[in-house]
Amino acid sequence: MSDTQYLAAKTIDEAVNAHEKANGTARFLAGGTDLLVQIKSGIRKPNLVIDIKKIVELNSINEISDGEFEVGASVSGANLNRNLKFAKLWPGVLEAFRLIGSEQIQGRASLGGNLCNGSPAGDSVPALIAAGCKAVIAGPKGKKDVPIENFHLGPGKTVLENGEMLVSLKFPKREANSADAYLRMTPRTEMDIAVVGCGVNISLENNVCTHARVSLGAVAPTPLLIKEASDIMVGSKLDDDILNKVSKMCMDACNPINDKRGTIDYRTKVAGVLFKRATKLATDRIGGNK
Amino acid sequence: MNEISNKWIGKNTIRPDGADKVTGRAQYSSDTTMPGMIWGHVLRSPHPHAKILSINTKKAEELEGVKAVITSKDVVDFPIDTPVILGIQDMRWMCRNVMARDKVLFHGHPLAAVAATTEEIAEKACELIEVEYDVLPWAIEIDDAIKPDAPILHDHIQFEGKSSNIAGTLEHKKGDIDKGFSEADVIIEREFKTEAVHQGYLETHSCLVSVAADGRATIWSSSQGQFMVRAMTSYLTGIPQSNIRAIPAEIGGGFGGKTIVYLEPLATILSQKTGRPVKIVMNREDTMRASGPTSGSKSKIKIGATKDGKIVAAQGTYYLQAGAFPGSPIRGAVGCSLAPYDIPNAHTFGYDVVSNRCKVAAYRAPGAPIGAYGVESVLDEIAEKLNMCPLELRKINAAKEGTQAVHGPTYPQMGYLETVEAAINHPHYKAPLGKHQGRGVASGFWFNAGGESSAQLNITEDGNVVVTTGHPDIGGSRASIANITAELLGIHHDKVSVLIGDTATIGYSNLTGGSRVLFASAMVVTESAKLVIKQLKQRAAKIWGIDEEAIEWENGEARPAGDNAGKFAPLTLAELAEKATATGGPIGAGYQVNTEGAEGGFATHICDVEVDMDLGIVRVKRYTSIQDVGKAIHPDYVEGQLHGGCVQGIGWALSEEYIYNKDGHLDNTGFLDYRMPVCSDLPMLDTVLIEIPNPKHPQGVRGVGEVPLVPPLAAISNAVYQAIGKRSYSLPMSPPKVLKIIEGN
Repeated sequence: MSDTQYLAAKTIDEAVNAHEKANGTARFLAGGTDLLVQIKSGIRKPNLVIDIKKIVELNSINEISDGEFEVGASVSGANLNRNLKFAKLWPGVLEAFRLIGSEQIQGRASLGGNLCNGSPAGDSVPALIAAGCKAVIAGPKGKKDVPIENFHLGPGKTVLENGEMLVSLKFPKREANSADAYLRMTPRTEMDIAVVGCGVNISLENNVCTHARVSLGAVAPTPLLIKEASDIMVGSKLDDDILNKVSKMCMDACNPINDKRGTIDYRTKVAGVLFKRATKLATDRIGGNK
Repeated sequence: MNEISNKWIGKNTIRPDGADKVTGRAQYSSDTTMPGMIWGHVLRSPHPHAKILSINTKKAEELEGVKAVITSKDVVDFPIDTPVILGIQDMRWMCRNVMARDKVLFHGHPLAAVAATTEEIAEKACELIEVEYDVLPWAIEIDDAIKPDAPILHDHIQFEGKSSNIAGTLEHKKGDIDKGFSEADVIIEREFKTEAVHQGYLETHSCLVSVAADGRATIWSSSQGQFMVRAMTSYLTGIPQSNIRAIPAEIGGGFGGKTIVYLEPLATILSQKTGRPVKIVMNREDTMRASGPTSGSKSKIKIGATKDGKIVAAQGTYYLQAGAFPGSPIRGAVGCSLAPYDIPNAHTFGYDVVSNRCKVAAYRAPGAPIGAYGVESVLDEIAEKLNMCPLELRKINAAKEGTQAVHGPTYPQMGYLETVEAAINHPHYKAPLGKHQGRGVASGFWFNAGGESSAQLNITEDGNVVVTTGHPDIGGSRASIANITAELLGIHHDKVSVLIGDTATIGYSNLTGGSRVLFASAMVVTESAKLVIKQLKQRAAKIWGIDEEAIEWENGEARPAGDNAGKFAPLTLAELAEKATATGGPIGAGYQVNTEGAEGGFATHICDVEVDMDLGIVRVKRYTSIQDVGKAIHPDYVEGQLHGGCVQGIGWALSEEYIYNKDGHLDNTGFLDYRMPVCSDLPMLDTVLIEIPNPKHPQGVRGVGEVPLVPPLAAISNAVYQAIGKRSYSLPMSPPKVLKIIEGN
């Protein structure tokens, strides 16, 4: 009964061309941990499924220069986990990723898929935003970079247009004395979906914050970058006063919904709490405590 | 029994189903296929309440690959005003639950079914069935269902002289309640609310049915009773029971939820119509929408005690959701909630409330956890008010041998007090608590049950033993029966195989439910073993040429009873089996009876929680369940039952709930949003097995499977109170709710 076609693309061009030709009826398949479930439950009925795992660039982790990583869009969480240097530089990104599904799911699921699925609650997204990561997109008009905080347009909606494909995630070169952290609130300890997620990425020099990015997930139609947080945090010693201010800022930035997973009131409060805890965790990591 | 030293009873022997289950070889219901098999699919109501004006199946029937379409016209009708009771069900509700007649009463209510060559075609055909509905107002919550102008589900149901959604009541009374309260120094009265929760069996409902050309039906399905499947299918299809063979598959969890049929009658009728074997597998969404769960509830509990801690009066009023058809487990709430205590004046009252939810099914000690939640929470408050240890309060009031229970019976030897004393003395109860941690305790009771069981015990030609019983093994009955058989015959456990017979190969055996299976089957197996031993002695007597009475059976051998009997070398079971043909033929015996003497089970639980005061998250840090288990025939399995009950209780207390949206649809039909605990949510679970033998059972067995789910709701709630200093009166204690309580809004 199913008339869905399957294409295992070998090159970026092949994938992009096929997607463009399908004119909005194609979906890219990386790990498939979202897409296959959506197809099975009838949420999506694509005419064409383009498997991108066989495209070399999409399935590799490259260290472009010392401490500067580019991660292919279909690299599985399990593979990324095995890259010890990446794990050391971006513990927050990995801890976010490790919260997605189960051990089995992470053998398939990719950072790229988590991003392209477009869920405001995707666990890795706030961590990627906090990291200052960029999405490398290939399309009929060539390649372009989009900051992750600009990637989502709304629930299930991204900047990707017909024929455009996420190729990789480009992480900024990691400076010394930096660390990131991601925390989420879920009723269960695992196998759950974020009610609120918070990514924090900071650099310190002599206990003074030199760089800071804060991001929230599941509190608005898209994951948020709390831009003003950076302004207040940089130059400070991240003392309680500053943390309280930014915590309040996080709460003010929330624009959540009431649903079965959480109330507006609850999500807003949790955003403020998680910011403080994630910042503490990142600070401890720089200090070598965790 | 006691004259034999226990060599196998009480041993953790290797479970006979273990290897198959961990290697994926075990045959579950949906693993069964047949040549020529086709697939069934069920069309379900998109509305919570509507009149069915018409069903047009023409387009579906015309779709290529479709072999048959059925509606309620094809199911045997039972007039709505005449009860036809079968076990815990009433066929007039069953026939309407498996296929809606006139009205759909909940979102997901079946109203047609299709058989087609593939699952996809059957599903597509269901989409082509045209149904005209007159959508009616609906009531989901108890308060909406019992208010004066509530939409009525069943016009013929009357309460206090008018049509009502209150379908029944149950009451227990003891002493003089008003006089009791007048003697109390402290009285606490509180209201409680719990949500509907699903049994959460991982294996969804499924079946394969083949009706042969001669009209005989064979059913392979996952259930808690093949005889229940046979009887219900017979009622709903009109096929005599003798022409239905129901074969039980391995079962992937039931917890009470598989004591009922959904698919078997439909697949039987579809197979009858098409002449092909028909398989139907329910998906998770439909399993959540239209099977199980147990009731949500509201209740009011009032308890009075003297200043020295003697409970003088207790009153409980319970409203339980029945779902779309009458039959909520009010008996469990009304009957069990006060059962652990010796209370002179008591009054409990339950209301059975229908509403536009799916019909509830049994769930582990049905109704009892709801009853205990309120009572054990109020007792906690009384203890605090009296400045008394909550376990001491329970000790003072503990029911003992000779106490007359509020629900009627006078207790024989039983071990409730022992569970309380064990809790007081347990290191857990004295362990220090950390910041934002709290400790709660609660007790619980379940009736347990006896009922019909059959067994056949055969000696194989090579001197081994095959025991067949008639109850699906959900919690270790095969392993336990093997222990008992080896013990009674005095042979090695390895020589015993235990099988579950189907409805054609073993005598009638009632459901696996009510914590009854080991209690009942141990009785019939014991009697069968006695008969077999008698035969073995007779064979030895024949061989030796002496009187049967001069022979004793010991250690798996026939021996002369004394020197007077003569000097003969013992004959082993294997030797007697080898000579069976020459000494009279096959050796084996069966026994069947309606077992009696099941005695209740009691438990006391201790729970530590830690609360995240900023996020409202409750985590269980330590849990100890203490239970009078009668006699633990297979202790690992008994502990497993205790673990399972505690985990389900933790889910019920903290995270599980049926959530309906504004359209009257269940909004969390998957395990992502219906949050059963996962392993990492749980601490190691400690158990203490107290063995006060049931005096009415040959091995002292008490049911153990249901009591463990009775105390957790209150134990956890009481622990949360200790941690945060404020009390929740409703479940689940989800993070947003707990945070609100902490913040005092």
